[in-house]
Amino acid sequence: MLNFFLRRLGGAIPTLFIIIAISFFMIRLAPGGPFARERQVPPEVLAALNRQYHLDEPLWQQFLRYIGDLLQGDFGPSFKYKDFRVTDLILQGFPTSLQLGLLAISLALIIGLSLGIWAALRQNTIVDYTTMGVSMLGIAVPNFVVAPVLTLIFGLMLGWLPVGGWGHPANYVLPVIALCLSQIASIARLMRASMIEVLRSNYVRTAHAKGLPERIVLRRHAIRAALLPVVSFLGPAIANIITGSVVIEQIFSIPGIGRYFVQASLNRDYTMVMGVTVFYGALIIFCNLLADLAYGLLDPKVRYD
Amino acid sequence: MKEALRKLLLPAVAAAGLMAGGFSAQAESVLHRGNGAEPETLDPAKSTGVIESNIQYELLEGLTTYAENGDVAPGVATKWDISDDGLTYTFHLRDEKWSNGDPVTANDFVYSFQRLLDPKTASDYAPIADVIAGAAEVRKTAPDKTPDFSKLGVKATDDHTLVVTLNKPTPYLVSMLRHSSFLPVNKAAVEKFGADWTKPGNFVGNGAFTLSEWTPQSSLTVVKNPNFYDAANVKLDKIIYYPTEDIGEEFKRYRAGELDITYEVPSDQIKFIESKLKDEYEAKPYLGTYYYVINLTREPLGKQKALREALALAIDRDTLAEKVTQGSFLPGWSWVPPGTGDYQNTYVSFKDMKQADRVKKAKELLKAAGYGPDKPLKIELLYNTSENHKKIAIAVQSMWKQVGVDATLNNQEWQVYLDTRDNKAYDVARAAWIGDYADPMSFLDIFLSDAGVRNDAGYNNPKYDELVKKSAGISDPKERMQVLQDAEKVFLDDLPLIPLLYYKTKHMVSKRVAGWTYNNLDFHLGRYMSVSAN
Repeated sequence: MLNFFLRRLGGAIPTLFIIIAISFFMIRLAPGGPFARERQVPPEVLAALNRQYHLDEPLWQQFLRYIGDLLQGDFGPSFKYKDFRVTDLILQGFPTSLQLGLLAISLALIIGLSLGIWAALRQNTIVDYTTMGVSMLGIAVPNFVVAPVLTLIFGLMLGWLPVGGWGHPANYVLPVIALCLSQIASIARLMRASMIEVLRSNYVRTAHAKGLPERIVLRRHAIRAALLPVVSFLGPAIANIITGSVVIEQIFSIPGIGRYFVQASLNRDYTMVMGVTVFYGALIIFCNLLADLAYGLLDPKVRYD
Repeated sequence: MKEALRKLLLPAVAAAGLMAGGFSAQAESVLHRGNGAEPETLDPAKSTGVIESNIQYELLEGLTTYAENGDVAPGVATKWDISDDGLTYTFHLRDEKWSNGDPVTANDFVYSFQRLLDPKTASDYAPIADVIAGAAEVRKTAPDKTPDFSKLGVKATDDHTLVVTLNKPTPYLVSMLRHSSFLPVNKAAVEKFGADWTKPGNFVGNGAFTLSEWTPQSSLTVVKNPNFYDAANVKLDKIIYYPTEDIGEEFKRYRAGELDITYEVPSDQIKFIESKLKDEYEAKPYLGTYYYVINLTREPLGKQKALREALALAIDRDTLAEKVTQGSFLPGWSWVPPGTGDYQNTYVSFKDMKQADRVKKAKELLKAAGYGPDKPLKIELLYNTSENHKKIAIAVQSMWKQVGVDATLNNQEWQVYLDTRDNKAYDVARAAWIGDYADPMSFLDIFLSDAGVRNDAGYNNPKYDELVKKSAGISDPKERMQVLQDAEKVFLDDLPLIPLLYYKTKHMVSKRVAGWTYNNLDFHLGRYMSVSAN
């Protein structure tokens, strides 16, 4: 297992390198630049800025410099937020996104799995149709619609919860709900489908035939196997949700790193784009690895060799 | 169910209230201000925008500053003498301390101005100082050389006297010195902390407030500076700035009482606001013009003034201001917007015509130039991604259609749009300019033929250049304004751009805020404001 773990980590290095190389050169191809303004900056100022940020060097040299800095854990200075380094901004924002994301995904797991199992056990009944119908709605309605509606109802009309801001437990409620709704829906649907399939499988029938009580059959055999597709869904989903949501963070004024993804590329903040891309890439690789390890714990057929 | 939910949430909400205001409200008066977006930097030599200035003006005070009504007020300089030729300004500085207790001296300003101009600082806005003797030379020092500051016309004769010499008389100097680029910085802090000097704990200022907390993308807090010379009259203990990028959500936070002042007002809510929240809504002229710039290097618009005039005539500005943008703008008839000091505005020749007559004239002009219903004038209108720009562009497109102009809309993302504009790969492009100081020069000097890249129309009229440059040598303010007015007249006759609208400042200001006074530069210093408990 350790061997497997190390091998996978080793395999991640070329993947990351390709991600870095592609995004480094792609962002430079985009028209405009980090110092473009409504009123153009005078040529001598632009030259000074380019010098300051080493943008006057040949591209390959900049790339080598970037890789060198990266190996020392430095993502470089942000072009847009001039008082900060990209590493600082990511380290400052990530704990917030992580907290929010983990809360949302945990809640989504608890509710989504319960709903999925419940619907599967009551297949083709009103319970099934209602949960699946509602979850379809959950997937279809994007969070940029859900979030403003939530703030309108709970923040403005009822006045129960703050509309935006960060730092107090009450600030978590609406963003977590807005973030987890679509995840609940996806998880519930996945779980239901896989549960139904597992319930029809031979070994579940065998377990029933052995006279095991329904509860044991479900807990030991059915649910454990049915979780597999959910686990592979969770790998990228967790990486996605803990790196923050552009929409949610903007709407609720949450200081996470989600909004940097879009803002940085719109601003041509080269180092920031690279920083969040590399960070996100590494997280996805890591979460997928965790999902694969979890697979082994759940599925006796999986061997790490 | 509903009752249960209420029971569940109420304690949390009550706790939130307690944390947010309960035990602090009696002790502290806090102003919550929506500030549009995350500031790019707090370093005055590196910042370029209003969002940054709003915070910098609380933390730092320049030689001159803003009065409550936006007029020029003495800042660190209590008074100034101007030489007869208008070229030498002697500023007398008050006895004042930095927030760390050190005295503020004339040398601090010498250092700050040198730093602004030093090519190593790479300040976007450094050219604003070009009126000062030697500034342009220092600014353009080759990268491998050390700038020669001895030639710069900024000298401290003693701790409390600063002498600034100019290249040419600049009657708007004291107004311009309020610009954030000219704010002083603390040499010791800058040298000790380097790029980190703007962080809480490191920041040393001389303003009414000091930096206390800064969480990027969440909030920035400034607290009252006990060392400020007028601290006795500063009523607020704390101002918290929030980056409110989503205008709709900012308005909701305002309505929920989480913000006292908003940065913007959503234009789709203006009807509701005017009927329900009229007393808290401020929408007044701002020192900015929204215009369509014409690429003069391209045929046929570049060469045929009649065509530019036809385009300008066909636009119904009242409809744009009142219907299309819901009163977010005023109809615009000039390049320099109203409100630049004593300047008497001059307008496009067709300002007093009826719209129907304008349309008629536009059709005649197009016909005379050989265009008509069978052969429409084809142009491309470039604008950057924004709901407002889109609405306006679509409206203008249909107005042009009426007179037989076939405009294709080209929407580009901001950076791509800037690139297209800079490369002059457009026919007509949306643009806007907000004045840096309350003088027509803040607008007029952009279109001098030697203004370089800033002159994005490629405008070149020797007569205009001559008038604008002549104005610089005139010390009589009235005469100077007259010459500038003549210059704008020449400019508007040539129509290198089509003025569309004037900007408005738009804010929601809570009734608990006192001391907020409208001014057309839209700077409102915390030292004049106070909040009453709810």
